[in-house]
Amino acid sequence: MGKTLFDKVWAAHTVRELPNGMTQLLIGTHLIHEVTSPQAFGMLRDLKLPVLYPQRTFATVDHIVPTDEREEPFSDSLADAMIKELRRNCDEAGIKFFDMASGKQGIVHIVGPEQGITQPGTTIACGDSHTSTHGAFGAIAFGIGTSQVRDVLATQTMALQKPKVRRIEVNGKLAPGVYAKDVILHIIRKLGVNGGLGYAYEYAGSTFDHFTQEERMTVCNMSIEGGARVGYVNPDQTTFDYLRGRPYAPAQADYDAAVTRWKSFASDPDAKYDDIVKYDAADIGPTVTWGINPGQAIFIDETIPTPEELPEKDRSTAEEAYAHMKLQPGRPIKGTKVDVAFLGSCTNARISDLQEVAKYLHGKKIKAGVKGIVVPGSQGVAAIAESMGLADIFRNAGFEWRGAGCSMCLGMNPDKLVGDQLCASSSNRNFKGRQGSPTGRTVLMSPLMVAAAAVTGEISDAREVFGLS
Amino acid sequence: MSLAKISQIAGPGVYVPGDDVDTDRVIPARYMKCITFDGLGEYAFYDERFDANGQPKPHPINDPKYAGATILLAGRNFGCGSSREHAPQALYRHGFRAILAESFAEIFFGNSITLGMPCLVMDGRDIRALAALIEEAPQTELNIDIPNGQVSLADVSFPAKLPDHAKEVLVDGKWDAIADLLEGLDAVKSTAAKLPYIQTA
Repeated sequence: MGKTLFDKVWAAHTVRELPNGMTQLLIGTHLIHEVTSPQAFGMLRDLKLPVLYPQRTFATVDHIVPTDEREEPFSDSLADAMIKELRRNCDEAGIKFFDMASGKQGIVHIVGPEQGITQPGTTIACGDSHTSTHGAFGAIAFGIGTSQVRDVLATQTMALQKPKVRRIEVNGKLAPGVYAKDVILHIIRKLGVNGGLGYAYEYAGSTFDHFTQEERMTVCNMSIEGGARVGYVNPDQTTFDYLRGRPYAPAQADYDAAVTRWKSFASDPDAKYDDIVKYDAADIGPTVTWGINPGQAIFIDETIPTPEELPEKDRSTAEEAYAHMKLQPGRPIKGTKVDVAFLGSCTNARISDLQEVAKYLHGKKIKAGVKGIVVPGSQGVAAIAESMGLADIFRNAGFEWRGAGCSMCLGMNPDKLVGDQLCASSSNRNFKGRQGSPTGRTVLMSPLMVAAAAVTGEISDAREVFGLS
Repeated sequence: MSLAKISQIAGPGVYVPGDDVDTDRVIPARYMKCITFDGLGEYAFYDERFDANGQPKPHPINDPKYAGATILLAGRNFGCGSSREHAPQALYRHGFRAILAESFAEIFFGNSITLGMPCLVMDGRDIRALAALIEEAPQTELNIDIPNGQVSLADVSFPAKLPDHAKEVLVDGKWDAIADLLEGLDAVKSTAAKLPYIQTA
């Protein structure tokens, strides 16, 4: 019987079985940021423990950085203290820090792949639940809490229970105007926000085979929204081509050897899975959320489900969602007035996301009264977007073009919704209060759908707004 | 490092109903602008408990009836979303020592065990029945028996389960993994040496 990529990577990184039956798993690559690491360094100091392999940890600053005022000291003294604390911790331990002045700062899940740090057949951990993003390269990547950040710093390992593996196949070609974001929203809608509990998700099928590396990242990114801590795609030529020449990827002869090794980690054709589900790409349409979790999603031309249309177990959360979102069950979502359009986040702020939107936004203006902001995922993405003229397309359309960071995905910096503003957002979470205002409302969608909402001032079908067919 | 052996937990309970309660709700992101976990307790469920002017809203945790509750009862998929350890830290520092729910999100579950705050799974009907008993006699102590997988209030008991590995580390006082992990350092180094992408020198 063959093995899955998950089995192979797990086996290669198993240090030993712990007395309680958990596995001590080696974490090859550790990524840190300013919000979930300072307490971990504090714990190390209390325990008088050094960082075991500082060269296997990489840092950047993303959650709290302002996207407009980029000079320190930041006017938010708490944010300023956090960036300085990270800088101090990295200096003391000898950890590479992609700092504000590096030209390489950005959202940790965009910086890792961009720098070639994220590689197939490796284990990765980061104190952030969207670490599953890195699975797009055939890595096993875990979102962890701060005590585990401490564990990884001190021992380069964590104690873990091996999850089951579910293969999620999507086959066929997506229709124009349907994107990777719609694929993952569809999967979460079908399997539920806790359907992945205890599973790692392996995404496969011809749709994934044809996806670019960046599209795969969008899907893996939101695995956790479906309850799966880990999501991955088997590495292939698309992956190897993406990595070639990146700063931390193996160079020349080492690269060829690495590709051979990377290929060997891919799931065997006769691999055994704990579960398999299949979807047809042709059945997936542009998807938007209507509620307060990412599983509460519908196609743009559907109506908001009534309680009777939902399974009994989903009704109480639906009632909570109608009240928070101020939306009526049974009514279309299309036409709902939008106050803010946010294009950013570790889900959808890569260069291909911006390119795709710019292609259609060119020459158009966002509706008066709508606040539109574009937050590139990294300084690297921003620089490419500037050089390609994309930034100007967004500026000319009336979007604010900002510096790199997490921004309004979670509202830890000054970019927040105000009151009960409704935001068309390319991010990953529509939880109550997620975008910085306790009463703020988030509607998740693909980047092009965000642009369509910005142009019309309401939740719209991008295919109609931009004439796609 | 010596940790308490956690096998029995006793204290009054409070039921916060709702499914899919995410960690943004447990601790809003704006309160994570800190470099220690100190003081997070007062922000637990902040936006659920207080309005924009900081005035208390009706919420079970604000209800004097349930003051001093140390056991939290919740719904399905509790702690979903962000991996922020600030969420269990806020609950622990607020005074909670155990959570009973229909199910837990995985990262939240692990983060809580590492703090020595057990997350026990109960049947939804049992949780609601227990919540009804608590409502009738709010300050009555619940007793959680971890080895036997039970929670009781007065003479009524319900099953409350933990996976074996979690049960074992709590009862043995090994719920923080760091000591075990450090013991394996030699094995860590030899495993790392076999992986070409890790240069340990």
